[in-house]
Amino acid sequence: MQAMLLTIVLAPLVGAIIAGLFARQVGRAGAHWATIIGVAISAALSLVVFKQQVFDGAPVWNESVYTWMVIGGFTFEIGFLVDRLTAMMMVVVTSVSLMVHIYTIGYMRDEAHNWPKNSRAGRHAYQRFFAYISLFTFSMLMLVMANNFLQLFFGWEAVGLVSYLLIGFWLNRDTAVYANLKAFLVNRVGDFGFLLGIGMILFYFNTLDYASVFAAAERIDGLSIALFPGFEWSVITVICILLFIGAMGKSAQVPLHVWLPDSMEGPTPISALIHAATMVTAGIFMVARMSPLFEFSTAALSFILVIGAITALFMGFLGLVQNDIKRVVAYSTLSQLGYMTVALGVSAYAAGVFHLMTHAFFKALLFLAAGSVIIAMHHEQDMRKMGGLKKYLPITYWTSLIGTLALIGAPFFSGFFSKDAIIMAVGESTLSAAGFAYIAVLLGVFVTALYSFRLFFLVFHGKERMDEQTRSHLHESPAVVTVPLILLAIPSVLIGLPLVGSMAFGDFFAGAITVLPHNDVLGRLAQEYTGVIGMVIHGLVTPPVWLAAAGVVTAWYLYLHRPELPERIRQRFAGLHAFMVNKYGFDDFNEKVFAGGSRRLGDLLWRHGDVRVIDGWLVNGTANTVGRLAQLARRLQSGYLYHYAFAMVLGLLLMLILFTTGRG
Amino acid sequence: MNLPGTQDYLAALPEIVVATLACIVLLIDLWSNDRERLLTWLATQFTLLVGIVLIIVQLSTDVTYAFAGTYVKDILSDVLKLFIFIGAGVAFLYMREYLRIHNEMKGEYFTLGLFAVLGMMVLASASHMITLYLGLELLSLSLYALVAMRRDSAQSAEAAMKYFMLGAIASGMLLYGMSMIYGATGSLDLREVADAVAQARSDDLILIFGLVFIVAGIAFKLGAVPFHMWAPDVYQGAPTAVTLFLATVPKLAAFAMLMRLLVDGLGPLHDQWQGMLIILAVLSMAIGNLVAIAQENIRRMLAYSTISHVGFLLLGVLSGTDQGYAAALFYTVVYMIMGLGAFGVLVMLGRAGFEADRLSDIKGLNQRSPWLAGVMLVMMFSMAGVPPFLGFWAKFAVLQEVVAVGLVWLAVAAVVFSIIGAFYYLRIVKLIYFDEAEEQAPIRGSSPMRVMVSSNGLVVLLFGLFPAPLLGICIAVFTRIELVIG
Amino acid sequence: MIVLSDYLILAAILFALSVAGIFINRKNVLILLMCIELMLLAVNINFVAFSHFLNDIAGQVFVFFILTVAAAEAAIGLAILVVLFRNRRTINVEDLGSLKG
Repeated sequence: MQAMLLTIVLAPLVGAIIAGLFARQVGRAGAHWATIIGVAISAALSLVVFKQQVFDGAPVWNESVYTWMVIGGFTFEIGFLVDRLTAMMMVVVTSVSLMVHIYTIGYMRDEAHNWPKNSRAGRHAYQRFFAYISLFTFSMLMLVMANNFLQLFFGWEAVGLVSYLLIGFWLNRDTAVYANLKAFLVNRVGDFGFLLGIGMILFYFNTLDYASVFAAAERIDGLSIALFPGFEWSVITVICILLFIGAMGKSAQVPLHVWLPDSMEGPTPISALIHAATMVTAGIFMVARMSPLFEFSTAALSFILVIGAITALFMGFLGLVQNDIKRVVAYSTLSQLGYMTVALGVSAYAAGVFHLMTHAFFKALLFLAAGSVIIAMHHEQDMRKMGGLKKYLPITYWTSLIGTLALIGAPFFSGFFSKDAIIMAVGESTLSAAGFAYIAVLLGVFVTALYSFRLFFLVFHGKERMDEQTRSHLHESPAVVTVPLILLAIPSVLIGLPLVGSMAFGDFFAGAITVLPHNDVLGRLAQEYTGVIGMVIHGLVTPPVWLAAAGVVTAWYLYLHRPELPERIRQRFAGLHAFMVNKYGFDDFNEKVFAGGSRRLGDLLWRHGDVRVIDGWLVNGTANTVGRLAQLARRLQSGYLYHYAFAMVLGLLLMLILFTTGRG
Repeated sequence: MNLPGTQDYLAALPEIVVATLACIVLLIDLWSNDRERLLTWLATQFTLLVGIVLIIVQLSTDVTYAFAGTYVKDILSDVLKLFIFIGAGVAFLYMREYLRIHNEMKGEYFTLGLFAVLGMMVLASASHMITLYLGLELLSLSLYALVAMRRDSAQSAEAAMKYFMLGAIASGMLLYGMSMIYGATGSLDLREVADAVAQARSDDLILIFGLVFIVAGIAFKLGAVPFHMWAPDVYQGAPTAVTLFLATVPKLAAFAMLMRLLVDGLGPLHDQWQGMLIILAVLSMAIGNLVAIAQENIRRMLAYSTISHVGFLLLGVLSGTDQGYAAALFYTVVYMIMGLGAFGVLVMLGRAGFEADRLSDIKGLNQRSPWLAGVMLVMMFSMAGVPPFLGFWAKFAVLQEVVAVGLVWLAVAAVVFSIIGAFYYLRIVKLIYFDEAEEQAPIRGSSPMRVMVSSNGLVVLLFGLFPAPLLGICIAVFTRIELVIG
Repeated sequence: MIVLSDYLILAAILFALSVAGIFINRKNVLILLMCIELMLLAVNINFVAFSHFLNDIAGQVFVFFILTVAAAEAAIGLAILVVLFRNRRTINVEDLGSLKG
């Protein structure tokens, strides 16, 4: 078992090393074969692990494989915790990653013309890309398989690192470099909270091992800490909120969401793998994994619920005004992440993780389909210049339709089950913020359907708005692109049917996820659960499905039936439209207040603090003093033998006097 | 008194074999006409290899005393010898490259080196003052000769003379100390000494008197302030090939001396020698780091850097706990690896008749050879104690033990001094990466040399990321053997 | 009656003399070599004296080893001296100062 787990983790790493360090030797084909084989091995073995955990009833595997350091009584280890939650994540990560690896061969086929001639950055960029995505797979597996916080943090930072590297992959483009910097800075904020949370865990629990921390969670419940004099906070609430701040950064929750839309500057396979299917869900996974802690803090859960609801609804709105095909999908990702967060907030962790899984497949599908469209359009991403692509890209068309239907939650599609489970769970919740969240997620369904089909109609139906030259070159993408689309379309449709009963309402995650009885909304729903058909029938009499249908109809009316209408609406509500195009002003606010403010503050500190006090007195002053002392001490080394001997004798005498006098 | 039997010879087999083979290497070299001295070199490396095999075959945690208690084979001696062999093997490889670059190939470098290794082995296994003294002198005399090997260099001769004179004084002091201990305890056998010392009054004047002299003798071998004056001159004056050997591997022998004399023999006097070592450690860290800043010669700078490292090493020993000794051993081994790497890079920079050892010679190294620059960067960061390189863990382990015995002020001082010290390491990095190269000659090197220097850098990096195996060995050494601690 | 302390004092005086000789003498390196011999002899007196009064033979054995090593040491010392003289044409201690700082 240990050997197998190690292979799963290390196979992508080996692939990354081969592709990255030996780029020249292995060439392009060598790089993609090495990485694909690595990931394929880990995907296959992950399926085996999944089978053992889910069907063979294998016991939870929780062991350390390597003791990294023992410091002052703390043991830092590398170890794996494999239960059903982990096994599911492993399958999702490795299978989506495998699809993306294959797809990349087609997507990056002629990346060379994106680089200036003979630029160093462009050399072996193809191999570098494969090395990065395999490295990402390794890091993500380390993250989900961790059995302690240190390794979790390692994986957390490593996936972040690869994400920055890939957002800025086209490092000759200013926008990419800017986006990459933004992602880095925003994630720093989240990571800071995360690290503080881990620090507090180490302080209060004296261990970083999951099992020991969870076992002791009850003991910590009731302790409080004064953040400010007079304000007593429950320790566990503070820890949970800090950890969640980390999740907010990684999973792009308001207000730390600003980096995700910009991350679309990265190549599309990355948007699919990292910024839709896996990395951004790390925060969701982490909270679900920490459910034994979060369950003890109603305050933290309410906080999560509110943040999630805001993200789910308001980020969906923004999808309506975007014209870049990838950005629309990005905002839909934000909104769906909001749904998952909402699920976490009402303690429906299982539903959240279930949605995480279905979303991983259909969102990766949508991104890859968008990528396929972009390839066909010769890297044109503006939907206003598309239209009527249905007849040129049949496979892309049908797979996109499947992805879109799954996204809006059409009955029987995977997204329907997971999203409905979340909405029902929110309706069932007793948290005071649940009312607001319920309205937000319901409205969100309408918005989701509206922007999804807006995209779909604008791209595949209606007038062909591209120029003649592009049109003449339109053709379906190669098999390396379409096969992953088809392979991802299958789970997008089907994966919900067999799993909804056990995953969302059953005891699939028993042991991996802890829910206290009074929070157990899914448990209550499970009593009414009557199977897949029952859920669909129930769905037909509740608002979400009809809201989604209304969204589709509205989109049809606005973008196909009367395409001139949206422009009129836009002019009527010009102010609101501008506000939304400006993404509610988050970027401007950050730019002016945080970036500008900190620049000014930095400038002030630099001028007075740094230059005068630190540089002038402390650094240069110290350096000068040390330098003078050094010159002085150097004189002691006169070069003469008798001085050296004298120094030795002096040292001897000094010690003799010090240690023999006064001792009889 | 029993005559030595098979048991005794078996226990000392590595020394016996190495001594025999060393003599054979001497003969081989005498009759070899090869200008490249390949055979001599190979035979030398073979000797080390045989030594490694013999040690590994006999590796055990049992403590065996041989030759009427004058010789001890325990896990500490085994591990020390293993590290000595490995370090010497790497050093000889660098040495050969140096000698080839400078057209000074002489077999004596290797034979003398082998005898020095033999001396270190004897030191590591000494359990009697006579054995210890013989090992020490065998090592020292070989090193004096090595330093003077470049017979047409006035600098080398001067360095050798200084080294010899001061070394002779130091062994005089050590012997005087031994005679005092002998008088006070009535024995030269370190085990009996320990028993006698444990029973004596701790303020016995003769004992303390002897102890001071012994500490002075060891401090010289280590190069601790104020017994360090030889180090910078010798490091600079000797050929780089010799410097890289004598700056690195013999520190293990000096560590062995500390363990055998102070811990095995005079362990009950821990309270006294702790105070002495504190003085030596603080002075070493202060002077070493401070004066290194003012150096323009890299070898001289590395000498002062060594002195500061010795200060750190002493911190581990003076804590007086098994963990402390383990940390000190770890530090010594780490220092040896880093020192070998740094000098290895210097060797590769040199040309025939030209030692690249001024700071200006290393300017813009990144433009000339990014790979070599990378190795040097790793070495400098590691020596400065920047995580995640190996040097960080060494410093960390030692500081942890110092804090554990309640000497927090000492740990704070050590950190302050190492921050001062970081300056000159980072200056090297700055010169390598941000300055324009004055020298444009391409850097060549034989492929074994390139491989070895690369692996040396890689070891520092990899063990930096995963320090547990190396640290584990060092800890295992001290948790399994019995040490006499008062 | 000559007691142990007499020998020890004699040895201490000899040792101190030799040490003083090393750093007071600034002329001839040969004198340094003699001082070192003297230092070892002082140690030998110590060992022999202790050995006699402790009734333990080990000390005297050590003396033989010291004498032997001292001979080897002198040989190396003189060899270095020869090298030094050939390069510098002087064996003046004060002229040995090119390596410093």
